[in-house]
Amino acid sequence: MAPREIVVRVNGEEYRGSAEPRVTLVDFLRDELGLTGTHVGCEHGVCGACTILMDGRTVRSCLMLAVQAEGHELRTVEGLAPADGPLHPIQEAFSEKHGLQCGFCTPGFLMTVEELLRDDPDPSEETIRSRLSGNICRCTGYQNIVEAVRYAAELTREAAP
Amino acid sequence: MSATTERPRLAVGRIGERLPREDAVPKVTGEFSYASDLSTPGMLWGDTLRSPHAHARVVSIDVTAALGLPGIHGALTHEDVPGKKLYGLEFADQPVLAIDRVRYVGEPVALVVAEHPEQARRALEAIVVEYEPLEPVVDMERALEQEPLHPDRPTMGHGYRDDRRPNVVRHLVIRHGDPDIAGDVVVTGTYELGIQDQAFLGPESGLAIPDGEGGVDIHVATQWLHVDRDQVAPCLDLRPEQVRLHLSGVGGSFGGREDLSMQIHSALLALHTGRPVKMVYDRAESFTGHVHRHPARIRCEHRATRDGRLTSVRMQILLDGGAYASSSTAVASNAASFGLGPYRVDNALIETTAVYTNNPPCGAMRGFGAVQTCFAAEAQMDQLAAELGLDPVELRLLNALEPGDSLPTGQVIEGSLPTREVIRRAAALPVPDQETLPRDPLRLPGGTGNTTTGEGIRRGVGFALGFKNICYSEGFDDFCAARVVLHADGSAVVHSAAAEVGQGVVGVMLQVARTELGTDEVTLAPHTTATVGSAGSTSASRMTWMAAGAVRDACRAALEERERRGGGEVDVERVHRHPRTTPLDPETGQITGERAHVALAVAAMRVVVEVDVELGLTRVVWVGTAQDVGKAVNPLALEGQIEGGTAQGLGLALMEEIVTRNGAIQNASFTDYLIPTALDMPPVEIELVEVPEPDAPYGVKGVGEPPTVVSTAAIVSAMRAATGRPLTRAPVRPDDICL
Repeated sequence: MAPREIVVRVNGEEYRGSAEPRVTLVDFLRDELGLTGTHVGCEHGVCGACTILMDGRTVRSCLMLAVQAEGHELRTVEGLAPADGPLHPIQEAFSEKHGLQCGFCTPGFLMTVEELLRDDPDPSEETIRSRLSGNICRCTGYQNIVEAVRYAAELTREAAP
Repeated sequence: MSATTERPRLAVGRIGERLPREDAVPKVTGEFSYASDLSTPGMLWGDTLRSPHAHARVVSIDVTAALGLPGIHGALTHEDVPGKKLYGLEFADQPVLAIDRVRYVGEPVALVVAEHPEQARRALEAIVVEYEPLEPVVDMERALEQEPLHPDRPTMGHGYRDDRRPNVVRHLVIRHGDPDIAGDVVVTGTYELGIQDQAFLGPESGLAIPDGEGGVDIHVATQWLHVDRDQVAPCLDLRPEQVRLHLSGVGGSFGGREDLSMQIHSALLALHTGRPVKMVYDRAESFTGHVHRHPARIRCEHRATRDGRLTSVRMQILLDGGAYASSSTAVASNAASFGLGPYRVDNALIETTAVYTNNPPCGAMRGFGAVQTCFAAEAQMDQLAAELGLDPVELRLLNALEPGDSLPTGQVIEGSLPTREVIRRAAALPVPDQETLPRDPLRLPGGTGNTTTGEGIRRGVGFALGFKNICYSEGFDDFCAARVVLHADGSAVVHSAAAEVGQGVVGVMLQVARTELGTDEVTLAPHTTATVGSAGSTSASRMTWMAAGAVRDACRAALEERERRGGGEVDVERVHRHPRTTPLDPETGQITGERAHVALAVAAMRVVVEVDVELGLTRVVWVGTAQDVGKAVNPLALEGQIEGGTAQGLGLALMEEIVTRNGAIQNASFTDYLIPTALDMPPVEIELVEVPEPDAPYGVKGVGEPPTVVSTAAIVSAMRAATGRPLTRAPVRPDDICL
């Protein structure tokens, strides 16, 4: 099928690219736009490594086609903190609390947590575990990830007026 | 060029401090470049045609039609391999590309290279291979009587017992004392474990770039750069220095990247086309693209006195190594050496057989042979405790193996092994009270999938003990190089090929260098074969010990050299070796020198589970563990290793199994191969027991494997307590626990 031009806003910037209609959004982000911070772990929506935000809500970018993102506002891990600026509180918390080892799953977790903390600025452990249960981490056993989310919530609340 | 690993960010820290990861910042910003993120201008894409048969004769391969398709730059078969046609981690028994026979489903048969990955995929479909299917060997017991899959017996003649039965990879018999000696009580059992997958999140990927002078640079996620190079070069008919391996970002490994995946293939395609070639496996291909944990069948007979002292143990251990040898010989040795568990047993007969079959190849996975036997031996200890009416913890304390005692191989334990201390510390951790009903469904076995209000819940508390060796064994020349460049301004650069796979060795090396050099101005150069000698493998819980030793030695030598010269820049490389080991006697399984294993580490774990015996669902409520760690270099990272290692053991206890039918994997996806999530994994309470290892730098021990060894056994022990069922198979299935 012939490639189509696709215009999306990613991390506040307008991107133009072209992709055949069958190309997944994650492949488009990685291969066409060069945004390789979003990872592909299972290609069918189970592991959550490819989680990004579309219009503020989490989506599995491996389960969407690039053409479906046309006209939407996307946010990826690269857009969490300004380049050369301070880390986003969630990034800071994951670094500080050892919420990662190999780090391959991390961008997907960070985007899931971004949505979680917007929905619930002070989540219980149960809520955290439940909301993260669609993201697989093979290295950490999740304990430090849960710690990191609690700490990120604390940092976010402190930063809020 | 984006094909280099991000240089780790500088953070301050000395040995013993709780430190965040050195590479945490690039990993949380998305800048960190994993193998699958690599790209370079002019890059082509390679893909692999794999066998659909578990066992077949290859009659012919025709790539003509594939070559005529758009965007195709080449299609290669075994005839295009310029050098050696066979390779292997320890024994060269595996074809680079199938020659006249395929031995497992997923075995590489041909390669294509194209402008676009989709073109490559279509070209694979155009390759015509004529197979003549043969009867597959899929049962590990029957394998010993069926036609040999490797009639040339590649693992024989390497100092192992010469076993003439067909399909034996290694047969190891350890005879210790008088195994026929009687006991007052006897308990027997047969235990089985399924195939576990490493399931690292970042699938296999690599980028090979021809250097224009006949050589090639390979950027890849691996565990041991130099041994990759030494396997790749002969197949390409190149000298080792013409093949340079560079570590790209590694998305987890857990043993699954110890064997080669696409290293030779991508290099063949790059040299064939004269262009950079990238290969990325998808998840389904990853399941056939690396070795797995050996499935096992273990028969045990434990004899003891009435007061609970073990008098003799017999074990028969059968391991299915699948189609190629990989590290099966070493897995067999570990299964046997640590089969009894950390208990003093004066009389034992341990017979281990690893076999070739047409099942998926098995090799290294975290715990490496000790996981399987720990599951069996600890079940036996629980059974013995029940038979004698003794407390399971007391029984373990009574029989605990300590320094001065002997392993069944005759090796006297001289290093640290605080077995009683870890038992006491783990047993002393307070167990949480039973939660009342009704409760939030998330806290029921099976979570919101549990449709009851918890009427069928039974609680159980279990305990287990596990141990294994640290570093390589049986006479292997195990060493690690490090190079330190001291600049005139006082800053330093450390070169090491030690593979950072997520475990944190980058941090360890920087902590050591900062401690030794007394400066924070230390950075790490990219990991590569091009600038420094071999570091050995990130496996066998050895990398912290070996890299710490090498960096320490190089730092001290660099300081001496600078002192001698009176200043200026110095550049020194040093090689660290742990104390030598010697092989086991092929007939008796006894040591032939002072030791076959360098050092040991032990862990104890206490677990609370709730089993819903109506629905066959299990919730692990709580885990408490005490682990012998020598010296904690970075306690924060170490605790992360224990928690993560425990999660993998929980997976093997409850849900993780590669299911095969006639040798073919039936569940090569994360929908069908289940991995613990945040809802499956409870917090782990951790006690670190620090008794320095006398032969190790700073007294360190490896820490990655013991939690995985012990946790499957401990969780299933708790499930037995909850259900009263013997539960002799891991993973435990819902049917096994429905009462």
